[in-house]
Amino acid sequence: MAADTPMKGRRRDVLALALAGGSGLLPLLPPGAAQAQMPTAPPPLGSGYALLVPKATQGAPVRAGRVTVDAPTLADNGHSVPVRIVVQSAMQPDDHVRSITLLSDRNPRPVIMKAWLGPRAGRAELATRVRLNGTQRILALAEMSDGTWWSGEADVVVTESACLDGS
Amino acid sequence: MRAVLPCAWLLAVVLACAGCTVRESADPGTTGVHAAPVRPVPLQQGSVFAPPSVQAMQADEFENPGMLWVARGAKLWRQPEGSGARSCADCHGDAGSMRGAATRYPQVDPASGQLLDLEGRIMQCRSERQQAAPLAWESEPLLALTAWVAFQSRGLPMQVSIDGPARPFFERGRERYQQRVGQMNLSCSQCHDANWGRQLGAETISQGHGTGYPVYRLEWQGAGSLQRRLRSCLSGVRAEMFPYGSQEHLELSLYLAWRAGGLAIEAPGVRR
Amino acid sequence: MVARVRIPDVVRRGQPFDVRIAIQHVMETGFRFDDSGRTIARNVIHTLVARYDGVEVYRAELGSGIAANPYLQFWITAPASGVLELSWIDDAGVAGSERVPVTVRD
Repeated sequence: MAADTPMKGRRRDVLALALAGGSGLLPLLPPGAAQAQMPTAPPPLGSGYALLVPKATQGAPVRAGRVTVDAPTLADNGHSVPVRIVVQSAMQPDDHVRSITLLSDRNPRPVIMKAWLGPRAGRAELATRVRLNGTQRILALAEMSDGTWWSGEADVVVTESACLDGS
Repeated sequence: MRAVLPCAWLLAVVLACAGCTVRESADPGTTGVHAAPVRPVPLQQGSVFAPPSVQAMQADEFENPGMLWVARGAKLWRQPEGSGARSCADCHGDAGSMRGAATRYPQVDPASGQLLDLEGRIMQCRSERQQAAPLAWESEPLLALTAWVAFQSRGLPMQVSIDGPARPFFERGRERYQQRVGQMNLSCSQCHDANWGRQLGAETISQGHGTGYPVYRLEWQGAGSLQRRLRSCLSGVRAEMFPYGSQEHLELSLYLAWRAGGLAIEAPGVRR
Repeated sequence: MVARVRIPDVVRRGQPFDVRIAIQHVMETGFRFDDSGRTIARNVIHTLVARYDGVEVYRAELGSGIAANPYLQFWITAPASGVLELSWIDDAGVAGSERVPVTVRD
């Protein structure tokens, strides 16, 4: 998803505007700050999972499907992003979801949570609120009672507060 | 720091010409420093300007994380403290006794002539009546007790007194509200009278009412007082922050409470 | 540690129902610094377990990627009326628990 790039671009435009028009404000800019804002190509969304997923499944193959990750396309704040994971499963003693793992390839610790369910859950669904270290693709893995692994994902653009908060 | 820098510039650029933008209002002369005190028309709660998901979080009694502070406050209310081992409930009884209390703060304490906000009143009660160790400003127990007391007034309209002994405090708060401060040289009024409802980055500028406080703010990852929110605003415009408990905070809070007159208390609010 | 637990008003025998829990906890990431520049040690609720009449029905391992004041929702079934017990522990070894009586209806 390219949503990351236009947003950053817009911020840079604003910065350029400030530099061009607000020369009176220029002395506030620390040295090197303008350079720090030069465009750098961000890695494609989800590119970290090639390494993370095999770790989480201990090498077991993963198929895409049966897992739905519901998260806001545009998160209000990276400190608390609501996430809901639903796995298609009969949730019977002989056919159920054993575990659900939620991963982030942009957070400093990639495993956000892992939950163990069983047939007693009755429904393979969970919800929580997570921290996201910026715009990214999050990925959920479901381990079934037959040993197969399935995955689903969602892209989340994380917005920042407009005002610096030093309180 | 680098991440927030563009946002700060955004603030500067958007608001550099805020002074010349005068919102049409029922009241003439809305913005000037010497104008009569006016209030936004129509008055709108802080939550109105929050994103829909945040509004929903506030509205749901269980999903609202601020209710954790209310729950803790309810426990502290019954907890004996101080030399007399008395709890708040020993004097005040149950929750019902606090209904409406938050709508009347800040108010002038008749005995001392001091202006007290709700936190200040709780602290005073704790030191003078319970003779217990003081709670620090912005401490978790103080936030919890304040949230619990404010919650008892949910839905009731703000109605502070600005007459008599409160008047000088009110006038100073009003002046401070109009005073340009900080490196960005902005007053409260320039955002919250002249530009409420407009976008500032991903933010919608609110009318600046304190009826939801203490609020749970996602940015803070916790609950905070109106004083903390004022400090956030001051740091946002690159001004020196007032110390907790200072006259500046209390006078400004009184002006804000008058300005929000008639709006229902919605504590604990949830904000972005 | 203050926690709030919510289950539906009506629970049907054998039918999945949702359990929601919110716990007041800072979920310190270990990536922040105090005013003197020292790292604030990581302290998160790392494990939460739900037992129904003593039988484990749900277990979650949480990391620093869970938002402060963690909120969790999950589903369980109850074969009969009983007690749902939720317990958790953080990195500092501070544990908490809540017990919720569940009355099932047919």
